Amino acid sequence: MLKIKNLKASINEKLILKGLDLDIKVGEVHAIMGPNGSGKSTLANVLSGKNGYETEGEISFDGINLIDLKIEERAQKGMFLAFQYPLEIPGVNTNNFLKTSLNSVRKARGEKALDTLTFLKLIKEKAKELNIDEKFLSRQLNVGFSGGEKKKNEILQMKLLEPKLSILDETDSGLDIDALRVVADGVNSYKNKKNAFLIITHYQRLLDYIKPDYIHVLSAGKIIKTGNADLGKQLEKTGYANLS
Amino acid sequence: MNNQDININKDYKYGFTTDIESIRAPKGLNEDTIKFISNIKKEPKWMLDWRLKAFKRLKSLKEPNWQKPKYPKINYQDLYYYSAPKSSSDKPKSLDEIDPKILETYKKLGIPLVEQQRLNGIAVDAVFDSVSVATTFKDELTKKGIIFCSISEAIQKHPDLVKKYLGSVIPLSDHYFATLNSAVFTDGSFVYIPPNTRCPMELSTYFRINASETGQFERTLIIADKGSYVSYLEGCTAPMRDENQLHAANVELIALDDAEIKYSTVQNWYPGDKNGVGGIYNFVTKRGACRGKNSKISWTQVETGSAITWKYPSCILQGDNSVGEFYSIAITNNHQKADTGTKMIHLGKNTKSKIISKGISAGFADNTYRGLVDINKKASNSRNYTQCDSLLMGNKCGAHTVPYIKNKNSTSTIEHEATTTKINEEQLYYCNQRGLDQEEAVSLIVNGFCKEVLQQLPMEFAVEAQKLVAISLEGSVG
Repeated sequence: MLKIKNLKASINEKLILKGLDLDIKVGEVHAIMGPNGSGKSTLANVLSGKNGYETEGEISFDGINLIDLKIEERAQKGMFLAFQYPLEIPGVNTNNFLKTSLNSVRKARGEKALDTLTFLKLIKEKAKELNIDEKFLSRQLNVGFSGGEKKKNEILQMKLLEPKLSILDETDSGLDIDALRVVADGVNSYKNKKNAFLIITHYQRLLDYIKPDYIHVLSAGKIIKTGNADLGKQLEKTGYANLS
Repeated sequence: MNNQDININKDYKYGFTTDIESIRAPKGLNEDTIKFISNIKKEPKWMLDWRLKAFKRLKSLKEPNWQKPKYPKINYQDLYYYSAPKSSSDKPKSLDEIDPKILETYKKLGIPLVEQQRLNGIAVDAVFDSVSVATTFKDELTKKGIIFCSISEAIQKHPDLVKKYLGSVIPLSDHYFATLNSAVFTDGSFVYIPPNTRCPMELSTYFRINASETGQFERTLIIADKGSYVSYLEGCTAPMRDENQLHAANVELIALDDAEIKYSTVQNWYPGDKNGVGGIYNFVTKRGACRGKNSKISWTQVETGSAITWKYPSCILQGDNSVGEFYSIAITNNHQKADTGTKMIHLGKNTKSKIISKGISAGFADNTYRGLVDINKKASNSRNYTQCDSLLMGNKCGAHTVPYIKNKNSTSTIEHEATTTKINEEQLYYCNQRGLDQEEAVSLIVNGFCKEVLQQLPMEFAVEAQKLVAISLEGSVG
């Protein structure tokens, strides 16, 4: 589904990713771990198409060359990024945002836009699955949400938009154990044979709940080690320092 | 939309006729022009005298020039002061002659074809719905004793009311443009709501026959008698074609004891082209007097058009416990300029005022909030709350906030909050990542920024205004 070949990315003329290869197939869960400053978030940003990066190399997503696509086109093609710091948009009702977002994606998929009633029914269902209070949906988008609420909102959006590839950028950071479980349950309930996940994290913690097929260690802009779920546990004991 | 939407009924004798010869006063600002206007409107002598008094006063006044946006000198002797109805030869023959950009906007706003033609002054030899609707409305209003007519008609039919209230909020000698208007105004609206009456519908110039082509010097007078309520809508979300460069309208509102007036404006006059050539100078004087106790006047404005917008809809809070509100969105794009805000003059005890101003600048535009809050010595226990937010899009536009605050009463309080923000790249990125394109994202964020003001608009107006906000800023990011 996602093939990255020799990806280099720099921002403000500083090289961050220094030749990264990654191959994610349908139905797989990949985790990327690594110390601060290793380029984890840069990878998420570059995949989503965020402005400001100079890139080299190849990224193909479902056979399409991603590099030429705008941020929203990538999203419409089924790429979802759960933000490390979800943005607050004052004055914008969460439901309204979610509906606009869903209908943009549906339109790109050639599906009919949902009317308000159908949408509300759908979003209520999804919110219930994640144990999210309905009241939260009529509040301004992320404004005054706690860290946990913001992250749950990201997972809600993921389930709503039904992406092919979901990238979770340190979604576990700042979460208490209950919120972590909700996020993990959300991911596990959405995971199926037709989609894939790329989970970026510092800690093994989240991987206790979401079992990855592969763990990659990113260091100084390159993947230096790839292993199965046991690698995470090993890293927790030995740290990153002993790897390089 | 197609031509079948026009309900053609040529036999209807009250339908629009376009064969009337154009009647025009000769160019120039002088007593003869004023007499010409007064005469053609068959005005009583007191009205002419009033106009002439204003004209006399005008000669001793100077055009103000303290405002931020500057403009080339206007030659007042080179203008026509009366030209109505315009002859059909002056008008565009069809929509083909209209700027395609304007037509594009109509499409986005979903304005019906007939309405598009009306807005552009195209002769429509057909009776369209709004006219018959207006007649029905008029009947209903008359039953309740509500007067809603043109100011010219009111001068003829309700001279006592006009004499009593005209110029009582904006005096003859107020300032240059207001005085100019008093001398040469050609038409406008008149509303009177009798005591203890709630006007059953939103009054709008749209529903008044003869509403269009009131010209550049419009005059509006609204009186809400004791215990009454009225909501008045001015303007239209669709862009209006107009050859007049200068618009100097006067609007006076009077609320007596326990009365409430809500006045909403959507102004979308021609803003000039991308390079700042052409466009309307919108120099309007709007002022309301909360004359009675417990009265309330609320101004809501969405200003998206005009090359220069220069206006301060104000409230004079005379009655004890009276309330003044000002909700404003001013959007300037390309080379547009706005210098707008309000004046809240607290005279009565326990008077309250609230100012919410949202200024948005894009392109090379310049947007100034200028406002005065003046709490008089006798206005004890009065309160003002002001919030001015500016949103900048890009690096070449400007936002300025100029608050004047005077509190002469120690029991009264004034709060002022102001913020200036740039449209946040991260917010746009977040929206894009959720599948929204740049325009949808900007529209969503800006409408969120303006929400407190948009909420004040009557429902059907609010939906269109939201679309308009987005359209006004198209192409301003990215």
